[in-house]
Amino acid sequence: MASGGPLTAEGYIQHHLTNLVYGQFNEGHARAQAGCQEHCVAVGDWGFAQTAEEASQMGFMAINVDTMGWSLVLGLIFLFIFGRAAKQATTGVPSGLLNFVETIVDFIDDLVRSTFQHSGNALVAPMALTIFVWVFFMNLMDLIPVDWIPFVAEHYLHIPFMKVVPSTDPNITLGMAFGVFMLIVYYSILKKGAWGFFSELAFHPFPKWMFPVNLILEGVNLIAKPVSLGLRLFGNLYAGEMIFILIALMYGGLVMSVAGGVLQLAWALFHVLVITLQAFIFMVLSVVYLNQAHDVMEEH
Amino acid sequence: MSITLTLIGQSIAFFVFVWICMKAIWPPITEAMAARQKQIADGLAAAERASLDLELAQKRATDELKDAKAEAAALVEEARQRAAQMVEEAKEDARAEGAKLLEAARADIEREVNRARETLRKDVAVLAVAGAEKVLGQAVDAGAHAALLDDLAKQL
Repeated sequence: MASGGPLTAEGYIQHHLTNLVYGQFNEGHARAQAGCQEHCVAVGDWGFAQTAEEASQMGFMAINVDTMGWSLVLGLIFLFIFGRAAKQATTGVPSGLLNFVETIVDFIDDLVRSTFQHSGNALVAPMALTIFVWVFFMNLMDLIPVDWIPFVAEHYLHIPFMKVVPSTDPNITLGMAFGVFMLIVYYSILKKGAWGFFSELAFHPFPKWMFPVNLILEGVNLIAKPVSLGLRLFGNLYAGEMIFILIALMYGGLVMSVAGGVLQLAWALFHVLVITLQAFIFMVLSVVYLNQAHDVMEEH
Repeated sequence: MSITLTLIGQSIAFFVFVWICMKAIWPPITEAMAARQKQIADGLAAAERASLDLELAQKRATDELKDAKAEAAALVEEARQRAAQMVEEAKEDARAEGAKLLEAARADIEREVNRARETLRKDVAVLAVAGAEKVLGQAVDAGAHAALLDDLAKQL
Protein backbone atom coordinates (compact mmCIF):
# COMPACT_ATOMS: atom_id res chain seq x y z
CA MET A 1 0.00 0.00 0.00
CA ALA A 2 0.96 3.58 -0.11
CA SER A 3 3.17 3.96 2.89
CA GLY A 4 4.41 0.40 2.95
CA GLY A 5 3.18 0.07 6.51
CA PRO A 6 1.28 -2.92 7.88
CA LEU A 7 -1.91 -3.60 5.97
CA THR A 8 -4.90 -2.72 8.10
CA ALA A 9 -8.53 -2.67 7.05
CA GLU A 10 -8.66 1.05 7.67
CA GLY A 11 -5.52 1.69 5.68
CA TYR A 12 -6.76 -0.46 2.84
CA ILE A 13 -10.06 1.38 2.64
CA GLN A 14 -8.38 4.76 3.03
CA HIS A 15 -5.98 3.90 0.24
CA HIS A 16 -8.75 2.93 -2.09
CA LEU A 17 -10.62 6.14 -1.44
CA THR A 18 -7.69 8.47 -2.04
CA ASN A 19 -7.25 10.17 -5.36
CA LEU A 20 -4.00 10.69 -7.16
CA VAL A 21 -3.86 14.45 -6.76
CA TYR A 22 -1.70 16.90 -8.66
CA GLY A 23 -1.90 20.31 -7.04
CA GLN A 24 -0.33 23.36 -5.51
CA PHE A 25 1.53 23.07 -2.20
CA ASN A 26 0.81 25.77 0.38
CA GLU A 27 2.13 26.75 3.78
CA GLY A 28 0.19 24.00 5.52
CA HIS A 29 2.16 21.19 3.89
CA ALA A 30 4.82 19.47 5.99
CA ARG A 31 7.11 19.16 2.98
CA ALA A 32 6.88 22.90 2.35
CA GLN A 33 7.86 23.88 5.89
CA ALA A 34 11.29 24.76 7.27
CA GLY A 35 11.98 21.45 9.02
CA CYS A 36 11.55 19.38 5.86
CA GLN A 37 14.02 16.49 5.46
CA GLU A 38 13.36 14.88 2.07
CA HIS A 39 11.26 15.45 -1.07
CA CYS A 40 10.98 19.07 -0.06
CA VAL A 41 8.91 21.52 -2.08
CA ALA A 42 8.54 25.29 -2.06
CA VAL A 43 5.27 26.98 -1.24
CA GLY A 44 3.38 27.55 -4.49
CA ASP A 45 5.02 24.59 -6.26
CA TRP A 46 2.83 22.14 -8.15
CA GLY A 47 3.30 18.43 -7.64
CA PHE A 48 1.72 15.12 -6.78
CA ALA A 49 0.45 14.65 -3.23
CA GLN A 50 2.11 11.68 -1.57
CA THR A 51 -0.48 11.14 1.15
CA ALA A 52 -4.21 11.61 1.56
CA GLU A 53 -3.50 14.36 4.07
CA GLU A 54 -1.37 16.28 1.59
CA ALA A 55 -4.04 15.91 -1.02
CA SER A 56 -6.75 17.36 1.19
CA GLN A 57 -4.48 20.25 2.24
CA MET A 58 -4.15 21.36 -1.37
CA GLY A 59 -7.69 22.63 -1.35
CA PHE A 60 -9.30 23.77 -4.58
CA MET A 61 -6.12 24.21 -6.62
CA ALA A 62 -5.68 20.54 -7.39
CA ILE A 63 -6.65 18.04 -10.02
CA ASN A 64 -7.60 14.44 -9.38
CA VAL A 65 -5.39 13.06 -12.12
CA ASP A 66 -6.71 9.50 -11.83
CA THR A 67 -10.45 10.09 -12.05
CA MET A 68 -10.05 12.98 -14.49
CA GLY A 69 -7.73 10.89 -16.64
CA TRP A 70 -9.97 7.83 -16.65
CA SER A 71 -12.95 10.06 -17.36
CA LEU A 72 -11.20 11.52 -20.41
CA VAL A 73 -10.01 8.09 -21.58
CA LEU A 74 -13.54 6.68 -21.31
CA GLY A 75 -14.99 9.72 -23.06
CA LEU A 76 -12.47 9.27 -25.86
CA ILE A 77 -13.36 5.57 -26.10
CA PHE A 78 -16.98 6.65 -26.51
CA LEU A 79 -16.04 9.14 -29.22
CA PHE A 80 -13.83 6.58 -30.93
CA ILE A 81 -16.44 3.81 -31.05
CA PHE A 82 -19.29 6.06 -32.10
CA GLY A 83 -17.08 8.10 -34.43
CA ARG A 84 -16.08 4.94 -36.27
CA ALA A 85 -19.72 3.98 -36.57
CA ALA A 86 -20.53 7.47 -37.84
CA LYS A 87 -17.85 7.11 -40.48
CA GLN A 88 -19.27 3.74 -41.55
CA ALA A 89 -22.82 5.05 -41.50
CA THR A 90 -24.52 3.91 -44.67
CA THR A 91 -28.02 3.56 -45.95
CA GLY A 92 -27.19 0.02 -47.03
CA VAL A 93 -26.99 -3.05 -44.85
CA PRO A 94 -25.40 -1.99 -41.53
CA SER A 95 -22.40 -3.88 -40.20
CA GLY A 96 -22.03 -5.25 -36.68
CA LEU A 97 -20.62 -2.13 -35.04
CA LEU A 98 -23.03 0.16 -36.83
CA ASN A 99 -25.92 -2.08 -35.81
CA PHE A 100 -24.89 -1.88 -32.18
CA VAL A 101 -24.41 1.88 -32.27
CA GLU A 102 -27.67 2.43 -34.14
CA THR A 103 -29.55 0.45 -31.52
CA ILE A 104 -28.29 2.83 -28.84
CA VAL A 105 -28.81 5.93 -30.98
CA ASP A 106 -32.33 4.83 -31.82
CA PHE A 107 -33.09 4.17 -28.16
CA ILE A 108 -31.82 7.63 -27.16
CA ASP A 109 -33.59 9.26 -30.09
CA ASP A 110 -36.95 7.72 -29.13
CA LEU A 111 -36.48 8.70 -25.53
CA VAL A 112 -35.54 12.28 -26.32
CA ARG A 113 -38.46 12.57 -28.74
CA SER A 114 -40.91 11.50 -26.08
CA THR A 115 -39.33 13.50 -23.25
CA PHE A 116 -38.19 16.68 -24.97
CA GLN A 117 -41.21 18.38 -26.47
CA HIS A 118 -39.58 21.36 -28.13
CA SER A 119 -38.38 21.02 -31.69
CA GLY A 120 -35.37 22.65 -33.23
CA ASN A 121 -32.76 21.86 -30.61
CA ALA A 122 -29.93 19.91 -32.18
CA LEU A 123 -28.00 19.64 -28.92
CA VAL A 124 -30.25 17.70 -26.58
CA ALA A 125 -30.20 14.31 -28.29
CA PRO A 126 -26.40 14.16 -28.82
CA MET A 127 -25.98 15.42 -25.27
CA ALA A 128 -28.20 12.62 -23.98
CA LEU A 129 -26.21 10.08 -25.99
CA THR A 130 -22.91 11.43 -24.70
CA ILE A 131 -24.12 11.44 -21.09
CA PHE A 132 -25.62 7.96 -21.25
CA VAL A 133 -22.67 6.20 -22.83
CA TRP A 134 -20.00 8.17 -21.02
CA VAL A 135 -21.56 7.75 -17.59
CA PHE A 136 -22.22 4.09 -18.35
CA PHE A 137 -18.54 3.59 -19.22
CA MET A 138 -17.45 5.44 -16.09
CA ASN A 139 -19.76 3.30 -13.96
CA LEU A 140 -18.61 0.17 -15.75
CA MET A 141 -15.14 0.69 -14.30
CA ASP A 142 -16.73 -0.27 -11.00
CA LEU A 143 -17.05 -3.86 -12.22
CA ILE A 144 -13.29 -4.23 -12.66
CA PRO A 145 -12.08 -5.96 -9.48
CA VAL A 146 -11.12 -3.20 -7.07
CA ASP A 147 -7.45 -4.13 -6.70
CA TRP A 148 -6.41 -4.84 -10.28
CA ILE A 149 -5.60 -1.42 -11.63
CA PRO A 150 -4.39 0.13 -8.32
CA PHE A 151 -2.09 -2.89 -7.83
CA VAL A 152 -0.55 -2.56 -11.27
CA ALA A 153 -0.23 1.18 -10.83
CA GLU A 154 1.46 0.88 -7.45
CA HIS A 155 3.83 -2.00 -8.07
CA TYR A 156 4.78 -1.53 -11.72
CA LEU A 157 4.19 2.17 -12.40
CA HIS A 158 4.95 3.48 -8.89
CA ILE A 159 1.81 5.55 -8.74
CA PRO A 160 0.73 5.68 -5.07
CA PHE A 161 -3.01 6.13 -5.58
CA MET A 162 -5.34 5.14 -8.34
CA LYS A 163 -9.09 5.57 -8.18
CA VAL A 164 -10.40 4.05 -11.38
CA VAL A 165 -14.14 4.76 -11.18
CA PRO A 166 -14.60 8.40 -12.20
CA SER A 167 -18.20 8.47 -11.05
CA THR A 168 -17.13 7.76 -7.45
CA ASP A 169 -15.45 11.16 -7.47
CA PRO A 170 -17.95 13.96 -6.68
CA ASN A 171 -15.83 16.33 -8.76
CA ILE A 172 -16.59 14.32 -11.87
CA THR A 173 -20.30 13.82 -11.27
CA LEU A 174 -20.86 17.38 -10.09
CA GLY A 175 -18.71 18.60 -12.98
CA MET A 176 -21.04 16.96 -15.46
CA ALA A 177 -24.07 18.16 -13.54
CA PHE A 178 -22.59 21.67 -13.59
CA GLY A 179 -22.26 21.38 -17.36
CA VAL A 180 -25.94 20.44 -17.58
CA PHE A 181 -26.79 23.31 -15.22
CA MET A 182 -25.01 25.78 -17.47
CA LEU A 183 -27.02 24.49 -20.41
CA ILE A 184 -30.21 24.88 -18.37
CA VAL A 185 -29.37 28.51 -17.58
CA TYR A 186 -28.27 29.18 -21.15
CA TYR A 187 -31.43 27.83 -22.74
CA SER A 188 -33.66 29.42 -20.08
CA ILE A 189 -32.24 32.84 -20.93
CA LEU A 190 -32.25 32.10 -24.65
CA LYS A 191 -35.90 31.06 -24.70
CA LYS A 192 -37.41 33.37 -22.11
CA GLY A 193 -34.98 36.27 -22.09
CA ALA A 194 -33.13 37.34 -18.97
CA TRP A 195 -36.23 39.06 -17.58
CA GLY A 196 -38.44 36.10 -18.39
CA PHE A 197 -36.08 33.76 -16.61
CA PHE A 198 -35.91 36.05 -13.61
CA SER A 199 -39.67 36.51 -13.44
CA GLU A 200 -40.12 32.76 -13.57
CA LEU A 201 -37.93 32.53 -10.50
CA ALA A 202 -39.35 35.58 -8.70
CA PHE A 203 -43.10 35.69 -9.42
CA HIS A 204 -43.96 32.11 -8.92
CA PRO A 205 -45.55 30.27 -7.09
CA PHE A 206 -46.71 33.11 -4.78
CA PRO A 207 -48.01 36.56 -5.88
CA LYS A 208 -45.52 39.17 -7.00
CA TRP A 209 -45.33 41.05 -3.69
CA MET A 210 -43.86 37.95 -2.08
CA PHE A 211 -41.04 37.79 -4.57
CA PRO A 212 -38.20 37.32 -2.03
CA VAL A 213 -39.86 34.12 -0.84
CA ASN A 214 -40.41 33.03 -4.41
CA LEU A 215 -36.81 33.78 -5.27
CA ILE A 216 -35.55 31.65 -2.40
CA LEU A 217 -37.91 28.78 -3.18
CA GLU A 218 -37.27 28.76 -6.90
CA GLY A 219 -33.57 29.43 -6.43
CA VAL A 220 -33.24 26.39 -4.21
CA ASN A 221 -35.29 24.46 -6.72
CA LEU A 222 -32.94 25.51 -9.51
CA ILE A 223 -29.74 24.79 -7.59
CA ALA A 224 -31.11 21.48 -6.38
CA LYS A 225 -31.25 20.21 -9.96
CA PRO A 226 -27.51 19.95 -10.66
CA VAL A 227 -26.66 19.11 -7.07
CA SER A 228 -29.11 16.22 -6.89
CA LEU A 229 -28.09 15.10 -10.36
CA GLY A 230 -24.42 14.93 -9.44
CA LEU A 231 -24.79 13.64 -5.91
CA ARG A 232 -27.25 10.89 -6.86
CA LEU A 233 -24.77 9.38 -9.30
CA PHE A 234 -21.87 9.89 -6.93
CA GLY A 235 -23.72 8.42 -3.95
CA ASN A 236 -24.86 5.30 -5.77
CA LEU A 237 -21.50 4.55 -7.27
CA TYR A 238 -19.55 5.46 -4.15
CA ALA A 239 -21.71 3.13 -2.09
CA GLY A 240 -21.30 0.38 -4.68
CA GLU A 241 -17.54 0.83 -4.75
CA MET A 242 -17.45 0.85 -0.96
CA ILE A 243 -19.25 -2.49 -0.80
CA PHE A 244 -16.80 -3.97 -3.30
CA ILE A 245 -13.95 -2.75 -1.10
CA LEU A 246 -15.55 -4.20 2.02
CA ILE A 247 -16.13 -7.52 0.28
CA ALA A 248 -12.51 -7.49 -0.85
CA LEU A 249 -11.53 -7.19 2.79
CA MET A 250 -13.10 -10.58 3.51
CA TYR A 251 -10.48 -12.53 1.54
CA GLY A 252 -8.15 -14.69 3.62
CA GLY A 253 -9.12 -18.03 5.12
CA LEU A 254 -10.99 -20.62 3.03
CA VAL A 255 -14.54 -20.07 4.27
CA MET A 256 -14.36 -16.32 4.16
CA SER A 257 -12.74 -16.32 0.74
CA VAL A 258 -15.49 -18.51 -0.73
CA ALA A 259 -18.15 -16.39 0.93
CA GLY A 260 -16.40 -13.26 -0.32
CA GLY A 261 -16.25 -14.65 -3.86
CA VAL A 262 -19.95 -15.49 -3.85
CA LEU A 263 -20.85 -12.09 -2.41
CA GLN A 264 -18.69 -10.28 -4.90
CA LEU A 265 -20.29 -12.10 -7.79
CA ALA A 266 -23.77 -11.41 -6.45
CA TRP A 267 -23.04 -7.74 -5.86
CA ALA A 268 -21.42 -7.37 -9.28
CA LEU A 269 -24.47 -8.87 -10.98
CA PHE A 270 -26.74 -6.54 -9.05
CA HIS A 271 -24.42 -3.68 -9.82
CA VAL A 272 -24.80 -4.23 -13.55
CA LEU A 273 -28.35 -3.06 -13.03
CA VAL A 274 -27.31 -0.12 -10.86
CA ILE A 275 -24.71 1.27 -13.24
CA THR A 276 -27.05 1.10 -16.24
CA LEU A 277 -29.90 2.58 -14.27
CA GLN A 278 -27.81 5.43 -12.89
CA ALA A 279 -26.48 6.31 -16.36
CA PHE A 280 -30.06 6.24 -17.63
CA ILE A 281 -31.37 8.40 -14.76
CA PHE A 282 -28.63 10.98 -15.24
CA MET A 283 -29.46 11.21 -18.93
CA VAL A 284 -33.24 11.33 -18.56
CA LEU A 285 -33.12 13.98 -15.84
CA SER A 286 -30.76 16.11 -17.93
CA VAL A 287 -33.20 15.95 -20.82
CA VAL A 288 -36.15 16.70 -18.53
CA TYR A 289 -34.38 19.70 -17.02
CA LEU A 290 -33.54 21.05 -20.45
CA ASN A 291 -37.13 20.53 -21.50
CA GLN A 292 -38.24 22.59 -18.50
CA ALA A 293 -35.70 25.25 -19.45
CA HIS A 294 -37.44 25.50 -22.85
CA ASP A 295 -40.92 25.78 -21.34
CA VAL A 296 -42.09 29.36 -21.53
CA MET A 297 -44.47 29.84 -18.59
CA GLU A 298 -47.66 31.80 -19.04
CA GLU A 299 -47.90 34.98 -16.98
CA HIS A 300 -49.01 34.65 -13.37
CA MET B 1 -12.81 14.08 -1.62
CA SER B 2 -12.84 17.86 -1.64
CA ILE B 3 -14.10 19.91 -4.54
CA THR B 4 -11.16 20.83 -6.75
CA LEU B 5 -10.28 22.03 -10.23
CA THR B 6 -11.30 18.57 -11.40
CA LEU B 7 -14.89 19.81 -11.41
CA ILE B 8 -14.06 22.57 -13.86
CA GLY B 9 -12.00 20.16 -15.95
CA GLN B 10 -14.84 17.69 -16.13
CA SER B 11 -17.28 20.44 -17.10
CA ILE B 12 -15.00 21.52 -19.94
CA ALA B 13 -14.56 17.92 -21.06
CA PHE B 14 -18.33 17.51 -20.92
CA PHE B 15 -18.88 20.44 -23.26
CA VAL B 16 -16.15 19.34 -25.63
CA PHE B 17 -17.45 15.77 -25.87
CA VAL B 18 -21.06 16.88 -26.28
CA TRP B 19 -19.98 19.32 -28.99
CA ILE B 20 -17.99 16.66 -30.86
CA CYS B 21 -20.90 14.25 -30.57
CA MET B 22 -23.30 16.89 -31.84
CA LYS B 23 -21.09 17.84 -34.81
CA ALA B 24 -19.50 14.60 -35.93
CA ILE B 25 -21.37 11.61 -34.53
CA TRP B 26 -25.07 12.21 -34.11
CA PRO B 27 -25.95 13.72 -37.52
CA PRO B 28 -24.34 11.11 -39.81
CA ILE B 29 -25.80 8.20 -37.87
CA THR B 30 -29.32 9.56 -37.58
CA GLU B 31 -29.28 10.75 -41.19
CA ALA B 32 -28.17 7.33 -42.40
CA MET B 33 -30.89 5.72 -40.31
CA ALA B 34 -33.56 8.06 -41.60
CA ALA B 35 -32.38 7.60 -45.19
CA ARG B 36 -32.41 3.83 -44.80
CA GLN B 37 -35.87 3.94 -43.30
CA LYS B 38 -37.09 5.98 -46.24
CA GLN B 39 -35.40 3.63 -48.68
CA ILE B 40 -37.10 0.63 -47.12
CA ALA B 41 -40.46 2.39 -47.08
CA ASP B 42 -40.02 3.34 -50.75
CA GLY B 43 -39.01 -0.20 -51.58
CA LEU B 44 -42.07 -1.63 -49.90
CA ALA B 45 -44.33 0.88 -51.62
CA ALA B 46 -42.72 0.07 -54.98
CA ALA B 47 -43.18 -3.64 -54.38
CA GLU B 48 -46.84 -3.10 -53.56
CA ARG B 49 -47.28 -0.97 -56.65
CA ALA B 50 -45.53 -3.60 -58.75
CA SER B 51 -47.77 -6.37 -57.50
CA LEU B 52 -50.80 -4.20 -58.24
CA ASP B 53 -49.44 -3.52 -61.72
CA LEU B 54 -48.87 -7.21 -62.23
CA GLU B 55 -52.44 -7.98 -61.25
CA LEU B 56 -53.73 -5.35 -63.68
CA ALA B 57 -51.48 -6.62 -66.46
CA GLN B 58 -52.65 -10.18 -65.88
CA LYS B 59 -56.25 -9.06 -66.05
CA ARG B 60 -55.56 -7.14 -69.23
CA ALA B 61 -53.77 -10.11 -70.75
CA THR B 62 -56.71 -12.37 -69.94
CA ASP B 63 -59.12 -9.90 -71.49
CA GLU B 64 -57.02 -9.55 -74.59
CA LEU B 65 -56.71 -13.30 -74.94
CA LYS B 66 -60.48 -13.62 -74.68
CA ASP B 67 -60.96 -10.92 -77.32
CA ALA B 68 -58.44 -12.56 -79.61
CA LYS B 69 -60.17 -15.90 -79.26
CA ALA B 70 -63.52 -14.38 -80.04
CA GLU B 71 -62.10 -12.60 -83.06
CA ALA B 72 -60.42 -15.73 -84.30
CA ALA B 73 -63.66 -17.64 -83.94
CA ALA B 74 -65.48 -14.92 -85.88
CA LEU B 75 -62.86 -15.00 -88.61
CA VAL B 76 -63.06 -18.75 -88.92
CA GLU B 77 -66.85 -18.59 -89.09
CA GLU B 78 -66.70 -15.92 -91.77
CA ALA B 79 -64.18 -17.91 -93.77
CA ARG B 80 -66.34 -20.97 -93.54
CA GLN B 81 -69.37 -19.04 -94.76
CA ARG B 82 -67.31 -17.51 -97.52
CA ALA B 83 -66.06 -20.90 -98.63
CA ALA B 84 -69.57 -22.33 -98.64
CA GLN B 85 -70.75 -19.35 -100.63
CA MET B 86 -67.92 -19.75 -103.12
CA VAL B 87 -68.69 -23.43 -103.56
CA GLU B 88 -72.34 -22.55 -104.06
CA GLU B 89 -71.45 -19.91 -106.67
CA ALA B 90 -69.15 -22.30 -108.46
CA LYS B 91 -71.88 -24.90 -108.56
CA GLU B 92 -74.32 -22.31 -109.91
CA ASP B 93 -71.83 -21.23 -112.60
CA ALA B 94 -71.13 -24.80 -113.57
CA ARG B 95 -74.82 -25.54 -113.84
CA ALA B 96 -75.40 -22.44 -115.99
CA GLU B 97 -72.44 -23.31 -118.20
CA GLY B 98 -73.67 -26.84 -118.58
CA ALA B 99 -77.14 -25.58 -119.55
CA LYS B 100 -75.62 -23.20 -122.04
CA LEU B 101 -73.52 -25.91 -123.60
CA LEU B 102 -76.51 -28.20 -123.77
CA GLU B 103 -78.54 -25.48 -125.44
CA ALA B 104 -75.78 -24.91 -128.02
CA ALA B 105 -75.51 -28.61 -128.68
CA ARG B 106 -79.26 -28.84 -129.13
CA ALA B 107 -79.22 -25.91 -131.59
CA ASP B 108 -76.44 -27.56 -133.57
CA ILE B 109 -78.38 -30.76 -133.77
CA GLU B 110 -81.50 -28.87 -134.91
CA ARG B 111 -79.50 -27.12 -137.54
CA GLU B 112 -77.99 -30.38 -138.73
CA VAL B 113 -81.43 -31.97 -138.83
CA ASN B 114 -82.84 -29.05 -140.84
CA ARG B 115 -79.99 -29.18 -143.25
CA ALA B 116 -80.40 -32.91 -143.67
CA ARG B 117 -84.13 -32.39 -144.18
CA GLU B 118 -83.44 -29.73 -146.82
CA THR B 119 -81.02 -31.99 -148.61
CA LEU B 120 -83.43 -34.82 -148.34
CA ARG B 121 -86.22 -32.64 -149.79
CA LYS B 122 -84.10 -31.73 -152.77
CA ASP B 123 -83.16 -35.32 -153.21
CA VAL B 124 -86.80 -36.35 -153.01
CA ALA B 125 -87.74 -33.95 -155.81
CA VAL B 126 -84.99 -35.24 -158.00
CA LEU B 127 -85.82 -38.82 -157.14
CA ALA B 128 -89.51 -38.16 -157.76
CA VAL B 129 -88.75 -36.67 -161.15
CA ALA B 130 -86.45 -39.54 -162.00
CA GLY B 131 -89.09 -42.03 -160.83
CA ALA B 132 -91.77 -40.31 -162.83
CA GLU B 133 -89.55 -40.26 -165.96
CA LYS B 134 -88.96 -43.91 -165.49
CA VAL B 135 -92.70 -44.48 -165.14
CA LEU B 136 -93.70 -42.28 -168.04
CA GLY B 137 -90.80 -43.08 -170.22
CA GLN B 138 -90.18 -39.64 -171.13
CA ALA B 139 -88.64 -36.63 -169.78
CA VAL B 140 -90.61 -34.56 -167.62
CA ASP B 141 -90.18 -30.94 -168.04
CA ALA B 142 -89.10 -29.91 -164.66
CA GLY B 143 -90.01 -26.37 -165.38
CA ALA B 144 -93.53 -27.34 -166.34
CA HIS B 145 -94.07 -29.31 -163.23
CA ALA B 146 -92.18 -27.13 -160.91
CA ALA B 147 -95.28 -26.15 -159.11
CA LEU B 148 -96.20 -29.75 -158.61
CA LEU B 149 -92.77 -30.71 -157.44
CA ASP B 150 -92.57 -27.85 -154.94
CA ASP B 151 -95.88 -28.89 -153.63
CA LEU B 152 -94.58 -32.40 -153.19
CA ALA B 153 -91.46 -31.23 -151.55
CA LYS B 154 -93.50 -29.17 -149.11
CA GLN B 155 -95.52 -32.15 -148.10
CA LEU B 156 -92.40 -34.03 -147.10
